[in-house]
Amino acid sequence: MTDNILEMRSITKTFPGVKALQDVSLTVRRGEIHAICGENGAGKSTLMKVLSGVYPHGTYDGEIHFDGAEVQFGSINDSEARGIVIIHQELALVPFLSAAENIFLGNERRGAGGLIDWNRTNAEAAELMARVGLNEKPVTPVSQLGVGKQQLIEIAKALSKEVKLLILDEPTAALNDNDSEHLLELLRQLKAQGITSIMISHKLNEIAEIADRTTIIRDGRTIETLDMSQPEATQDRMIRSMVGRDLEHRYPERTPNVGEELLRVEGWTVHHPTQPGRVVVDNASFTVNAGEVVGIAGLMGAGRTELAMSLFGRSYGRNITGQVFKHGQEIQVHTVSDAIDHGIAYATEDRKRYGLNLIEDIRKNITAASLGKVSRRGWVNSNEEMKVAEEYRGNLNIKAPTVMALAGKLSGGNQQKVVLSKWIFTDADVLILDEPTRGIDVGAKYEIYTIINRMVAAGKAVVVISSELPELLGICDRVYTLAFGRITGVLPVADATQERLMELMTMEKETAR
Amino acid sequence: MSAATETTMREPVPAGDDDKGAMRALASALTGNLRQSGIFLAFAAIVLIFSLAHDQFLSPSNLTNIVLQYSYILILAIGMLIVIVAGHIDLSVGSVVALTGAVAATLVIREGQPWWVGVLAALAVGFLVGAWHGFWVARVGIPAFIVTLAGLLIFRGLTFLTLSSISLSPFGGTYYQIANGFQNGLFGGYGVDVFTLVVFGAAVAVYAWTAWRSRRARQRYQQQVEAFWWFVAKIVVVAAVVMWFAYQLASSRGLPNVLVLLGVLIVIYTLVTQRSVFGRHVYAIGGNLNAAQLSGVKVKKVNFWIFVNMGVLSSVAGIVFSSRMNGAQPSAGNSFELDAIAACFVGGAAVTGGVGRVTGAMIGGLIMAVMSNGMQLLGVETAWQQVVKGMVLLLAVAFDVFNKRRAEAAR
Ligand SMILES: Nc1ncnc2c1ncn2[C@@H]1O[C@H](COP(=O)(O)OP(=O)(O)OP(=O)(O)O)[C@@H](O)[C@H]1O
Ligand SMILES: [Mg+2]
Repeated sequence: MTDNILEMRSITKTFPGVKALQDVSLTVRRGEIHAICGENGAGKSTLMKVLSGVYPHGTYDGEIHFDGAEVQFGSINDSEARGIVIIHQELALVPFLSAAENIFLGNERRGAGGLIDWNRTNAEAAELMARVGLNEKPVTPVSQLGVGKQQLIEIAKALSKEVKLLILDEPTAALNDNDSEHLLELLRQLKAQGITSIMISHKLNEIAEIADRTTIIRDGRTIETLDMSQPEATQDRMIRSMVGRDLEHRYPERTPNVGEELLRVEGWTVHHPTQPGRVVVDNASFTVNAGEVVGIAGLMGAGRTELAMSLFGRSYGRNITGQVFKHGQEIQVHTVSDAIDHGIAYATEDRKRYGLNLIEDIRKNITAASLGKVSRRGWVNSNEEMKVAEEYRGNLNIKAPTVMALAGKLSGGNQQKVVLSKWIFTDADVLILDEPTRGIDVGAKYEIYTIINRMVAAGKAVVVISSELPELLGICDRVYTLAFGRITGVLPVADATQERLMELMTMEKETAR
Repeated sequence: MSAATETTMREPVPAGDDDKGAMRALASALTGNLRQSGIFLAFAAIVLIFSLAHDQFLSPSNLTNIVLQYSYILILAIGMLIVIVAGHIDLSVGSVVALTGAVAATLVIREGQPWWVGVLAALAVGFLVGAWHGFWVARVGIPAFIVTLAGLLIFRGLTFLTLSSISLSPFGGTYYQIANGFQNGLFGGYGVDVFTLVVFGAAVAVYAWTAWRSRRARQRYQQQVEAFWWFVAKIVVVAAVVMWFAYQLASSRGLPNVLVLLGVLIVIYTLVTQRSVFGRHVYAIGGNLNAAQLSGVKVKKVNFWIFVNMGVLSSVAGIVFSSRMNGAQPSAGNSFELDAIAACFVGGAAVTGGVGRVTGAMIGGLIMAVMSNGMQLLGVETAWQQVVKGMVLLLAVAFDVFNKRRAEAAR
């Protein structure tokens, strides 16, 4: 008899107008790492929110059995008391508090008179941080740590609550390869210590690497649970279950048709906005041609986003110097609306903070950057706008009942598609996409690559910033590498390999150029 | 009058001729936007309670009185709503009402200038005050709370200086008629002013026609529209209520000038907030400043004009108020800002910005107005009036928060 730590039986959860989960069952064995995968909007996050009491008992149908008894959580506190801890898709740390304060937030270590015992707090935090492999000081504010380390702080926080079942919703989506590797290693260690984990991920290779079993969800229903040690549990099989059909190639075919130079940047230097003297982008020069997909590879902190955002109407940095040419003519781009007027678009990597108005509907988000196209003399034609939005909902396959649905209620991947729609609708000549497929399922990735191809086929240029090297190799014509704010090389995709790119991406300052 | 149209614009109700479709239409119209319909129901309930409690409450002269007495708060609430949606606040409007009234009074009463000189000067002062606030908020980047708190003190002080700390009255003449005059008698009538009825009838006709046109347009763009009977029923109800109100006014003194002014302002600003590019930008800034900026919204410019607009509307309220008082007092308009802010929040605006509607703020203001007026009629002490109004504000927002939680966890 197998020992199941968790059984969720025929869970059904409905939102107004959406059946997010329908008769979903999930069985997790004690001590295993259980992966959940499925397309965007399949209901993965919702299922985990049901489990952890974010959606309390009574707001869904079905039963949950945990650790041998039926449980009915009224809130997230109830589930934590039983040892279920969830780390959400969006990190929930307080940026200006220290690592130790974050770890014990709401669970403070108290001493005499109910006051916080700082010595104990920091000592215990240091212990927990060592357990997750962090050697930072417990008093460091988390805003000074990278995303990868913040993720580890979240796990340390979970460990402080004596966790039995750890739920991670897309933990590696925002991490680079190194940090992801580290995190997966940590999960293995926790497993050895007897902690069960559920991990949601769109990265199939990582699931294949770490999971004992995988449950696949499609359109709010369980499709199957695969035992990853069995030979039939291939990535292709998983993809087929997720999208409901075979996906022959990960990257769509394209015959490159590169035209004339469209955008040229020369000697672009950007300083840090608050730390004077710190150079974030150092004398970068590059060109982008019509009909070309150009990749920018670089480790986190190499200055990729900073380069893109400073070009996009100087929305990042100060003391920016350098020249931008379009069609060989120098252009002045001082504000975002200048950039948009000159046909430059930038889709951000951080959709919640910089990309979307979460309290408005899909329609208004899609037209936000080019209202002029659906209005006359300052008045919006809402019917025209609606038509446009519906068109994009169809083309990009955004899963929502109508375009009147609020952006904040969409699943992560569908939010990403709304951001992309917004920028594609501006009809820009140069579209800069910053991590365009972060948190996006395989099927939708393919759709986005197809859209990129369609744009370059129409004579536009697309610049893709990505941490996933296979993706860059799969869709780009040329790849620039960035290290420490400098461009360290450019390779036509035919000559590029992951190893070669990695080498250029890690080139030290002295040897660069 | 445009509230109903907007509800349909926002909440597409599935079409259906069968009973189930009809029920669904009704249910979704009522619950789909519970906050919007909730506030209409609350307003109706309050009116009903007071009309049962006091037989004069719905009398023609009292209804006229409510309109005259609270029009300037409603005018302020229009501007305040835009300020709040953009994520700011304006604490200075009461002082600006006083200052603009004082400027008009100085010119018209003390200097003997014609009425329109006073009006134009007041508007110009309002514009300058708004530009002053806009400069500090948008250009320098100081939070509006601080800028307008300073404005509250500065412009109150300037009012005292302008008036040398004494009251000026009376305006008399045309200036007096702005807030106290009526449009009537044009078509005669026996005890009931036909002109008033004609104006309201025309307004209802225009409303029905635009609703029909927007329905047709939606059909042309293949969007869902509500069932035909529901569409007709809604227009009939709106028309009946409006015409009943018109009849009451007509049997009293006719159509108040301020009501015309207010009606025009509501229509214009409803369109501006819901249909114009500027309005969109206001909501975008309030909803997510970063995203708005990165979408090419000229945030500084929009913020500047939001405050200019607030300044100008404050001066309009200042003109109406001084006209109604037939003079200017140094302490005029004290705490009007709080009434205007309360109207917006009762009307569903969000403290964090990005959410709120002109029609909501108007109903919110009317709820506060009707409550004050009703309690006055019933002889409730001023002290208790304050307590009750405070509770209404608190409960309205609490209802909002409760609703949001329920929607989050909806099954
Ligand atoms: N609060 C809500 N109100 C209405 N609909 C919701 C709400 N939360 C989620 N949904 C809907 O439920 C469905 C499932 O969403 P969920 O977030 O669980 O997807 P997911 O599988 O986690 O996707 P992703 O991979 O993109 O994160 C989506 O269609 C989403 O729009
Ligand atoms: Mg999710």
